[in-house]
Amino acid sequence: MPLPATQPNVRVVTLKIDDLDLSAREDETLIEVCRENKIPIPSLCHLDGLSVWGGCRLCVVELEGQNRLLAACSTRVAEGMRVHTNTERLQRYRRTLIELLFAERNHICSVCVSNGHCELQWLAQKCGVDHVRVPYRQQPYPVDSSHEMFRLDHNRCVLCTRCVRVCDEIEGAHTWDVMGRGSDCRVITDLARPWGESDTCTSCGKCVQVCPTGALVKQGTSVGEMVKDQHFLPILARRRHAR
Amino acid sequence: MHLEDLAEKAAEFRAEEAGIQREVRVCVAASCQSSGSLAVMEALEDACGDGKGTCRVKGVGCMGLCSAGPLVSIADKDCSLDESVLYRDVTPADAPEIMGSVCGSPVERLRCPTDQPFFARQHKIVLENSGFIDPDSFKGYVAVGGYAGMVRALSEMTPADVLREVTTSGLRGRGGGGYPTGLKWSTVAKMPAGQKYVICNADEGDPGAFMDRAVLESDPHRVLEGMAIAAYAVGANKGYIYVRAEYPLAVERLQTAIRKAKRAGFLGSKVADTQFSFEVEIRLGAGAFVCGEETALMASIEGLRGQPRPRPPYPAESGLWGCPTLINNVETFANIAPIVREGGDWFASIGTERSKGTKVFALAGKIRNTGLIEVPMGTSLRDIIEIIGGGIPDGKAFKAVQTGGPSGGCIPEAHLDIPVDYDSLKTLGTMMGSGGMIVMDETSSMVDVARYFMEFCMTESCGKCIPCRTGTWQMHGLLDAIAKAQGTHADLALLEELCEVVQATSLCGLGQTAPNPVLSTLRYFRDEYEEKLQRAEL
Ligand SMILES: Cc1cc2nc3c(=O)[nH]c(=O)nc-3n(C[C@H](O)[C@H](O)[C@H](O)COP(=O)(O)O)c2cc1C
Ligand code: SF4
Ligand code: SF4
Ligand code: SF4
Ligand code: FES
Ligand code: FES
Repeated sequence: MPLPATQPNVRVVTLKIDDLDLSAREDETLIEVCRENKIPIPSLCHLDGLSVWGGCRLCVVELEGQNRLLAACSTRVAEGMRVHTNTERLQRYRRTLIELLFAERNHICSVCVSNGHCELQWLAQKCGVDHVRVPYRQQPYPVDSSHEMFRLDHNRCVLCTRCVRVCDEIEGAHTWDVMGRGSDCRVITDLARPWGESDTCTSCGKCVQVCPTGALVKQGTSVGEMVKDQHFLPILARRRHAR
Repeated sequence: MHLEDLAEKAAEFRAEEAGIQREVRVCVAASCQSSGSLAVMEALEDACGDGKGTCRVKGVGCMGLCSAGPLVSIADKDCSLDESVLYRDVTPADAPEIMGSVCGSPVERLRCPTDQPFFARQHKIVLENSGFIDPDSFKGYVAVGGYAGMVRALSEMTPADVLREVTTSGLRGRGGGGYPTGLKWSTVAKMPAGQKYVICNADEGDPGAFMDRAVLESDPHRVLEGMAIAAYAVGANKGYIYVRAEYPLAVERLQTAIRKAKRAGFLGSKVADTQFSFEVEIRLGAGAFVCGEETALMASIEGLRGQPRPRPPYPAESGLWGCPTLINNVETFANIAPIVREGGDWFASIGTERSKGTKVFALAGKIRNTGLIEVPMGTSLRDIIEIIGGGIPDGKAFKAVQTGGPSGGCIPEAHLDIPVDYDSLKTLGTMMGSGGMIVMDETSSMVDVARYFMEFCMTESCGKCIPCRTGTWQMHGLLDAIAKAQGTHADLALLEELCEVVQATSLCGLGQTAPNPVLSTLRYFRDEYEEKLQRAEL
């Protein structure tokens, strides 16, 4: 008879998030605990099933006794933590970050295929961004329509790298990368060749589904038609990790 | 190998040169090379002939007063820079006259006094061999007591003993943050045994900073020795030196040093005939400022895009390829051999309560003596600028000094008497940084200064996180408008708000500190901003 499987040695900790007393496995991150307990935290680069990125900074939270803010997606829980997720200061910071994103590239929602199904729009609504106070950058970027099924519009890209990570970590193709610096960063396929000429792309479409905005879309969609489905991701990711 | 064996070797190397009495030392570090010191050296060698065997021309590292280069010093073989006759702005045509003066009276026309405060007020630990030994000579380093710290550690001390000395010394990281070195080492040492790495951060990207370059070009073995001691203390067997490719001379000297140390059995397997092994490899950075940030640097060594990642986990726990990794700055490592050789208490007796030892600064900008200096922690800024630096040239008035590069801030006249140490600088809204010091006179516009550093951060932002990537672009735009007298009070308010958001939410130190130059110039020179706004609103 096989021996009973030994329990992996993971402890449970207790912590307090916004007046709620909670318990969590010590290997969980704050954002995971918040999602389990229906505590809303805005996030853009985080996606259940992909590796931690920590780039959008929308998930920052306050930890009592510490001046520096923490990103909930890349901070592990610890015994006795007291976390605040929605203070006036955090709300103000998040609004500014979202404004900065809108001003960085071209987000004219009324002509966007993702209008009404876009995570950036939802975030703006949830965080109460009703206007943008910083000047727009007005820098045009190209559109790559060379792939027969999909299209990439850099003008809508928020550089969350979800496409890069899903392609590398889940599909295993590693078609995507990031090139450049600062606001001129761009996602690229293979060595900055047109997507349609890519040797590595399997046309699986995972990048399109995980893309939060109208940057990666299906060909042939028109305004407001691009609805994305990300349910496959946690399931596939768990199967992969189990292996 | 024991210390006695090493001392014997050193004596042997000195004996090989017993016939030589006088030395003509030519600075062959980068700054003097760019003003033509190699041609000077060649001319001196020609003029010297065989020197009857008692005189030799030797290339040495930086002597500090780089603005007066090419520098040549003449001294008895064992005499330091202070005791030598120093010549400045030497040209190849001066060579015969200089050689003629080796045993006679000095050439007054070229003379640069060495009893001036620039030399007399310095205290050299990191730069003790700089301008004195030939950086390409392994024997030269050993002859002046090099590798004694390492041999002492390996033959007479346990790793715990080394950790204790470094902790006692109170040394703090010279790369900018000032994190206690002993604590960092102990953390890596406490990680379970297995593959561990030591990294030397020689990416030095702050505008105006060249301390690390000078150390590597002038005394490369000292850095290797510090790394080897660190590796022994924390249980690592492999080291990387991450140098920017813009420092070809430093890279070349390091390569030579590694090769010679290996051949002599002071690196590689069974270092100095002990069970300890340590391999060192050089990795070249392509010049991105952000690659000096430790997690980005490690990603770059691994062959990935040089981008920071969230910490924790800190490198001490999970660094290069997920292994515990010790990462320190060049100057931090350069302090290690003297600490092990002379003891932690000796080091702790220099400097202030919470900042021990000395600090190397690169003086630049509107100051008479530009170059490299090393002073005890706690020296006042006024002493550094007015006495050692010789004050502001052209009869102009001092306005501010910028420390800490793009992460630091400006200090006005009113605060010049504060002692230079990690904590005092922080209370003034700036930081020690890696050691760049840019002096500005009354003609500098502080809004322009803030705009310059913001432009630097904007172009160097890696683009990973929103606040730094787009916040620096916005702040630069606002500063540009204000500097051109086109900004409004609303612009200034927005600028201040962005400063707060970018500081609080950015992922890595680059973004977190990018607003500092703006905040500090606003703190001390707000009237200059106001004046520009008023002109715009007229
Ligand atoms: C944007 C950025 C650039 C940096 N550049 C350097 C550098 O050029 N050299 C350096 O030694 N440390 C640099 N650092 C600090 C390193 O991350 C790290 O703290 C340091 O190498 C640790 O060594 P220390 O403890 O000896 O100071 C930089 C940090 C940041 C955030
Ligand atoms: S990507 Fe989203 S926010 Fe941007 S234009 Fe399209 S719908 Fe609007
Ligand atoms: S294309 Fe989409 S998924 Fe990829 S980085 Fe841009 S916004 Fe993110
Ligand atoms: S703060 Fe700037 S340099 Fe650092 S990760 Fe963010 S974008 Fe990159
Ligand atoms: S979700 Fe945490 S940084 Fe983007
Ligand atoms: S480089 Fe020659 S004195 Fe500094």
